[in-house]
This record gives sequence, structure tokens and C-alpha cells, in this order.
Amino acid sequence: MSLPPTAEAPSEPEFAIDVRGLHKRFGDKHVVNDVSLQVRRGEIFGFLGPNGSGKTTSIRMMCGLLTPDAGSGACLGFDIVKEANQIKRNVGYMTQKFSYWDDLTIRENLDFVARVYGMPNRKAAVDQALENLGLASRAKQLTGSLSGGWKQRLALAACMLHAPRLLLLDEPTAGVDPTARRDFWEQLHALAAQGISVLVSTHYMDEAERCHKLAYIAYGKLLAQGTAAEVIAQQGLTTWAIHGDNLFALSQQLRAMPGVDQTVAFGNAMHVSGTDAAQLESTVQAAATRHGLKLEPVETSLEDAFIYMMKRSQDNFAEQL
Amino acid sequence: MQPLIRQFDGFSLARWWSIVLKEFLQLKRDRLTFGMIVGIPIMQMLLFGFAINTDPKHLPTAVIAADHSEFTRSYIAAMQNSSYFQIVAELPNEEAGRAALAQGKVQFVLNIPAGFTAQLLRGERPSLLVEADATDPTATGMALAALPQLVQSVASKDVTGPLAALAAKPQPFDVQVHRLYNPEGISQYNVVPGLMGVVLSMTLVMMTGLAMTRERERGTMENLLATPVKPIEVMTGKIVPYIAIGLLQSTIILLGARFVFHVPFAGNLLAVYCAALLFIAASLTVGITLSSFARNQLQAMQLAVFYFLPNMLLSGFMFPFAGMPKWAQALGNILPLTYFNRLIRGILLKGNSWPDLWPHIWPLLLFTALVMTVAVKFYRKTLD
Repeated sequence: MSLPPTAEAPSEPEFAIDVRGLHKRFGDKHVVNDVSLQVRRGEIFGFLGPNGSGKTTSIRMMCGLLTPDAGSGACLGFDIVKEANQIKRNVGYMTQKFSYWDDLTIRENLDFVARVYGMPNRKAAVDQALENLGLASRAKQLTGSLSGGWKQRLALAACMLHAPRLLLLDEPTAGVDPTARRDFWEQLHALAAQGISVLVSTHYMDEAERCHKLAYIAYGKLLAQGTAAEVIAQQGLTTWAIHGDNLFALSQQLRAMPGVDQTVAFGNAMHVSGTDAAQLESTVQAAATRHGLKLEPVETSLEDAFIYMMKRSQDNFAEQL
Repeated sequence: MQPLIRQFDGFSLARWWSIVLKEFLQLKRDRLTFGMIVGIPIMQMLLFGFAINTDPKHLPTAVIAADHSEFTRSYIAAMQNSSYFQIVAELPNEEAGRAALAQGKVQFVLNIPAGFTAQLLRGERPSLLVEADATDPTATGMALAALPQLVQSVASKDVTGPLAALAAKPQPFDVQVHRLYNPEGISQYNVVPGLMGVVLSMTLVMMTGLAMTRERERGTMENLLATPVKPIEVMTGKIVPYIAIGLLQSTIILLGARFVFHVPFAGNLLAVYCAALLFIAASLTVGITLSSFARNQLQAMQLAVFYFLPNMLLSGFMFPFAGMPKWAQALGNILPLTYFNRLIRGILLKGNSWPDLWPHIWPLLLFTALVMTVAVKFYRKTLD
């Protein structure tokens, strides 16, 4: 039998997520290696990293789906190892792949979720969710017949249904069109304003820039954490933009030159970045003069910083092998 | 601001019920599975009930008659009257007879040698030769066993008067045979009740196996695990519809047995359903266990077939259990279908009571308990 929630439910701590030194191995693969994360209440925290970097595994450990091999921490004040069930009750987890039942109708899916969480006013909650979604008239439609964008909206509505205090969203906007993505982020910011914390993993730079804080993970290791500006600053990069046509050949040459750590193509411009500002400046100045191209110093973008981090972690990983 | 909710940590009936409802809804939408639930028992019953006969009659027989007399005609008539033999051809010689057997045109060739009647009248005890295509022992066994008795009946009818001395003398003592439970030896009485266990193990093991792996394959299991639902609630909730299905299938077969095949219902109907429930439980635990080893639905299906075959062959459903070598009997004794077949046949045909049934009930209980333990142990709570 289920009991009504006890009256003295714990008050919400300052950190929605506070985990330290998480490790997870699958066989001989060290999938998550010493990850520590703090997400403040009401914060939208972006979780970035290449495919297979350990984002999903980290999220699963935080919501009690996986037991970490080492490390400890709390999610909404509940211990991630011992109180996984309490975490599950208060967290909304949206899986990377749409994971509601295609052979149930939209209403049936929401109703199932409401039942599972033991919501007191089930019907009202489901009706309200359908209304908010704008799916009230299609409530009896089979979920499998929805388009990708609608499925994503339904998934968010379903994982919000039980009024969770923390949302864990695993690549929620993968394969969703730009308008739907923008609406989705508007919604996230509205939720955050209500004090709901959000951890969202993504591949999109524009989405990363809309997060309050960011973490970058590669090969299971957390490489940077902080606001976008902090993450960029941590890399200590200076960046120049070179404008012109046919920059490809030049980019190949520049990569081998002193002071240049990376070149990134942006349409008719190319970002050239390096950690040694003086060396970099003399190199790009010489190149621009030689080819008669326009050169200007620019702010290092988040994308430059991420590409730099990814490249460096690859190099490190190669060394380890 | 909304407070955090602390929930009850034990088994929740409400959550369990939510899983049950979901399974019923999904089953309702799955027309093919639903068709299978009703179709398989009916199809199996028609096939096994009408098509399979372990006591075949009217087998094609050819006659090579080098001698014609009242006695040979009488013997041929007796063969036909036994209903095992049907004379389909008269052949000129032995070569033609062998050819007909080799080509499978006839099952038996009766060879009446020249001078048979003359020898008989002289009291020389002549022989008739019956050649049989004995490749399939079940096809020929019963018919051949009937042959000697025919001599007796011909002798008592036709070899009379002055020839009476030639008729066989009465044997010094007699053996009385009582065929109990199925005096007419009707195969259906044995096969149709046996089908119940076959259908239940086939559909239930496969369906639970599929239902469990389907969630994993489609990724919905991850979603389920991220909710407060406990694995034990998922597991037990998911099997409820299949208990109902099992009982429905049992009822279909019992109705068919009673009204189509007129199988005697000597025992207690309540005992039948108790046995069925017990066997359903055993099959469902097997299905769950298989699903925890299978990575996808295809593998679950393969494992189900792998489980099903020995059950079908070694349980005494298809072939007599007592006729199997000791090692095969030992294997058969591990399988739940063996015990269920004994239970169902015992109840329906023999009218067994609880003390008679107990020796077959406790092995089923033990099997279910053991497999359940394995299932719970291997059913992974988390994704790793």
C-alpha cells in the first residue's frame, strides 16, 4: 500500500545536484571518470560533450538509475546511492530516445505517468497537461502517430506532470526543428524562473549559450565547468578572424605554424586561435599581409573553446593509449 | 514553492495496478497477439484432434492370391472387417507386391500361396504371408497385432464339420484385458487434454518473454525505471494479463475437449483449473527468466523455442513417457509440462483426487519457486 507523502518533507537544499568524484566502468571502459558537478536551485545547467563522452551515464547516475562505482553525492538533498527512490519521485528524467509507449494514446500515456507517481488529482492533472500542450483535441490519438516535434513536447509534458523539482533532460532537442527548439528553451527558462532546476545535455552551441552554467565532458572526464564566459576564459585562448575566400588551403598552412593551436571555418571567415597571444599575432599578421586578407581580433567564442577542448582531450587520450 | 515529496518505499498496489492497466491496454491494441491467444489453441486442437491418430485404420493392403477358396475369401473378409486393412489391389506376383511396398502404394501385402486350401484340407497347417512396410512402427503395429486373432475367428466360423479337428484347440488358459479410462483406445482422449499444457507453455513463455524484452528493446524500460515503479511491481504487474490469457486458453481447450471431442470429464473441474493456474505460474516465471537473458525480442523468441521443444518431446505429450530411456525420463522429469500432462490426464480421464495428484503437484511448485528465484535475481533493477 502506498502512504500519503509525509508532512515533514525535506526542504529543498541550495544545490539541486551536488555530486563528487563519480566513477563508472563498463567492463574495461572507464565511461565516467571523476565527475563532480554542482547545479544550483533554479539554474539551467548545460551538459556538453561529444557522443559517447559519458553524459548519459552521468545523468543516469544522478537520478539513481545507475549505481556509481565510486563517488557520492546528493540530488535534491537525497543520497544518490541510498535514496534513489526518493530522487525518482522528485525528478523528471527525459530520455535521449523517445521512451513513451507508441501503442498507447496520448492521454493514456499521461494517465499512466500520473498513476505511477500517485498524483492526487490525476484526471485534472492530465487534462491540464493536455490543455497546455494544445493536444486536448488529439488526446485519443495513438502516440506513435505523432511527429518528432510533438513527441518531444509530449515527453517534456509527461516528465513535468508530477511537478518535479529537478529536470534531467538528455539531448531533448536532437532532431527537432529550430522553431520548436526555441519554444522549448522559452519553456525551460520559464520553469527555471519558478525555481525548477534543469540539467540539460546538448550538442548545439546556441543552446549552450542559453544555459546559466555549463560543463564540458570528454572521454568521461569533466574538462571545464562554469558560466560560458568562465569556460571560455579558462582556455586562455586568443582568437583572430581572417576574412576572405578560399581559406581552406591557408587553414592547412596555419595549423603547422608557431602559435596556432586551431583554425575553425565560419563561412567566409576563419577563426584562428592559440594560447600564446604574441606568437599567434605575429603569425596571423604575416599570413594576412602575405595573402592580402582582412584580419581582426575577435572574442573567443564558446564554439572555439569547445573545439579546442575536444581536440586537446583527444590528444591526451591518444597519449594515454 | 512546492515541497519535495517523500514517498512510501515498499510495494505499492497503486503503482502495480498502473502497470496492469497499461499491459491490458497494450494487449487490446495488439490484434495479432490477441488472434494468437485464441487462434493457437483452436488450431492446435483441430490439427492434433482430427489429424493425428496413433491407432491408424483402413491401411492400404494388396493381395497376391495364387489360390482361391472359401477359406481365403473368408480370411480376406475378416481382415477388412477388422477395419485395419483395406484391400486396394490384387497383384499378380511377389515382384509386383514388393514394388507396391517400395513405392509406398500399399502398407501391407497378403500373399496366399498356391495350394493353400489343399494343404489346409490335408491338415498340413499351411502359412499365409503378410509383408508390411514397417518403416513407421506406429503405422503397422496395431494392425499386425490384430492378424493372429483373425485366424481364430475364421477358423471358428468356416473350419467346421469334418474339418473341426483342424481348428486350433482352445488354449489352456485365458488372459482377460480391461482397458481402463479409455476402453476404445481413442487417441483424442489422450491428445486433446495434453494439448492444454502444450498451448499454455508455447504461448505464455513466448508472450511474457516478448513483453519484457519489448520494453527493453524500445527503450521504454529506461523510462519505467526512472519512475518510482519498483522492478517487482513491473514484473508482477506485467504478468497479470497473461494469467487471464492462460485461463482463457485453458477454457477454450476444455470446451473443445468436452463438446467437440467428447473427452470424458471424470474428475473435478476445480482441480483442472487449479492445476492450470499452477502450470500458468510455472510458465510465466520461465518467460520472465528467459527475458532477462535475452537482449531483444528475437532472442527471447529463440529461447522460448529452445525451451519449448524438449517440453513437447519429453513430457509424454507426443511419445509415451515410459518408453523413453532412463536419461530421457530424467530430463523429462525436470520439465513442468511432464507433471502437468499427468495432472490433466489424471483428473480428466482417471478422475484422480488430490492425494493421487500431489506427487505431480509438488514438483511443479518446486520448479516455479526455483525459477522465480532466478528471475528475481537476474531481473536488473538498474540498467547495468
